[in-house]
Amino acid sequence: MPTVAPLDLDSYCVAARFLADVPVFALADGTVHRLDHGHQTTGAHDGLLTADVAQDGRTLLTGGEDGRVVAHLADGAMTVLAEIGMKWIGQIAAGPSASVAFSSGRTAYVRQAESALRTFACPRTVEGLAFAPKGLRIAIARYNGVTLHWAGMGAKPTELEWKGSHTGVTFSPDGKFLVTTMQENALHGWRMADNHDMRMSGYPAKVKSLSWSAKGKWLASSGAPAAIVWPFSGKDGPMGKAPMELGTRADALVTIVACHPREDMVAIGFNDGMILASRFSDQKEVLLRRPGNGAISSLSWNKAGTQLAFGSEAGDCGVVDITA
Amino acid sequence: MSDPAIQTTSDTSPIPVTVLTGYLGAGKTTLLNRILSENHGQKYAVIVNEFGEIGIDNDLIVESDEEIYEMNNGCVCCTVRGDLIRVVEGLMRRPGRFDAIIVETTGLADPAPVAQTFFMDEDVRAKTQLDAVVALVDAKHLPLRLKDSREAEDQIAFADVVILNKTDLVDEGELKTIEATIRAINPSARIHRAERANVDVANVLNRGAFDLQRALENDPHFLDHEDPDHVCGPDCDHDHDHGHDHHHHHHDHGDHAHHGHDHHGEASAIHDATVQSVSLRAGTLDPKRFFPWIEKITQIDGPNILRLKGIIAFKDDEQRYVVQGIHMLVEGDHQRDWKEGEKRESRIVFIGRDLDREKLERTFLACQAV
Repeated sequence: MPTVAPLDLDSYCVAARFLADVPVFALADGTVHRLDHGHQTTGAHDGLLTADVAQDGRTLLTGGEDGRVVAHLADGAMTVLAEIGMKWIGQIAAGPSASVAFSSGRTAYVRQAESALRTFACPRTVEGLAFAPKGLRIAIARYNGVTLHWAGMGAKPTELEWKGSHTGVTFSPDGKFLVTTMQENALHGWRMADNHDMRMSGYPAKVKSLSWSAKGKWLASSGAPAAIVWPFSGKDGPMGKAPMELGTRADALVTIVACHPREDMVAIGFNDGMILASRFSDQKEVLLRRPGNGAISSLSWNKAGTQLAFGSEAGDCGVVDITA
Repeated sequence: MSDPAIQTTSDTSPIPVTVLTGYLGAGKTTLLNRILSENHGQKYAVIVNEFGEIGIDNDLIVESDEEIYEMNNGCVCCTVRGDLIRVVEGLMRRPGRFDAIIVETTGLADPAPVAQTFFMDEDVRAKTQLDAVVALVDAKHLPLRLKDSREAEDQIAFADVVILNKTDLVDEGELKTIEATIRAINPSARIHRAERANVDVANVLNRGAFDLQRALENDPHFLDHEDPDHVCGPDCDHDHDHGHDHHHHHHDHGDHAHHGHDHHGEASAIHDATVQSVSLRAGTLDPKRFFPWIEKITQIDGPNILRLKGIIAFKDDEQRYVVQGIHMLVEGDHQRDWKEGEKRESRIVFIGRDLDREKLERTFLACQAV
């Protein structure tokens, strides 16, 4: 039986993550909470908008309404990585070799390890940021498509065009596919080899959460009464194939999905605070958490896949242990 | 586990949003500072396009680049402000900080995408409610603005409230002409005169102009332009006798075979504008005819229709039905019972460009119940 250790906080949870094995919760009010031998709190921003974990799994990166980008370690130590003035830091993404990308309005910034901050002026607002798995390339989701920049060079960017507003972006772990969430209730994808378009639609609501399965063969998504899981195993990805629907409920909407780091299984967070886990092979479901005070707004597994950190829009957070 | 009695996060009442439009120099920042400095106990989040030279005295100001998105539905008028979706979403994650949102647009902004954002984006719609579109107009420079820009006209056409500012710079005769011009563009807006934006804040905020239950209740003389209450001074918001002249060419059809209809859209002398309004009246309507009609009209003429508002009397229906629209977006609902002695007639106004008055009137009248 999974056990839930609740942590009741009082602001929207932007990110529930693990740093090494310490659960951390970054809230919209600007505080970062750690469960490390008790509950520890640090104030990071006046308004926290976006967060990601560095690829070493030891640093939490946050961006705020105060125009600052901050790196947090598991022990609570904070370093300000950048300050860009009064504008909101809308997006942040961690890349290989401790690189960081973030954005404010129509400007994207990339900081690679020890080198200086590089600025990319964009014709449109940066709505989503993602590093390619091999690092040097960064994808910027924007109105009418995605722009791919080489992070370290001044080379001409590649433009992938698809009409509409692209609100988020992710690379498949093998780098063969690029998928965006859209303002419409749909996903769009490109096969990187030939920029072939893929459209994944049929969602009743906007898709706000995407998660690749452990071996990258599946992409789970929110935006429906079930987790919608698209097959990406063949060279054609999901083209011409139907997705799996996992954890279907009659009266609730999936808000966040998080695939297990080792097994083909997904944790599914709903708009009433319930969390289920569902296995791809037999679609078997397990209840991880009963409904709470607010819609689930963040989920992530620890490295071993034994614990799931969760947070909600109402601030009721916690950790589910599935080994107990 | 949590107490089920406090599962109310999704039921919190939506945050009202006021959209402030107006040409550069019309006095938007002055009005904004008046609203913010007044002792009303309310806290506002203000979204501006850029931090201007005149400071805005508020704790929570967000700068946001106006960015128009076309929705992917093949309709050119279905546009939203993408930046507002993101900013409102961010703000609503910490809702305790403010009671209402004010969006200040640039001088050249088209108000339609701003307003449509609050209807077309499901997340924004769930958490906020568009309260009113307020246009500030510079009494001195309006005639010139209307000659050289389409935006100034759109802002008036779109407004629920028009603040005629800087009235001290023109004489009473000019003011009346300007009011007639505004009225010719938009017969359903409430006009308030002001100097240095000194309008009563109650006339700007909490109007409920898009609230079907309230929208037309605020305006008991909706489309009754023979009633002078329609143009108000700085301190006025309710029914009392003003002695303002009436500038409309009201044609009283009396016992004409057709029902009465007003011709407000006839251009006034200085009205170079291309926006017109078509106000129609009919008796009780047949819902089986009216709904397909309004759907078809807004589908076909949606790009040309900036706003529409109406009070509809359906046959054998004890309740007034109110309807409003922006371009192709239309919504309607039953509002309240018809009052004793209240004339059961249907009235509707279209504000837009290239409207075919004859077709609108003929097809509207054809919706009448037999």
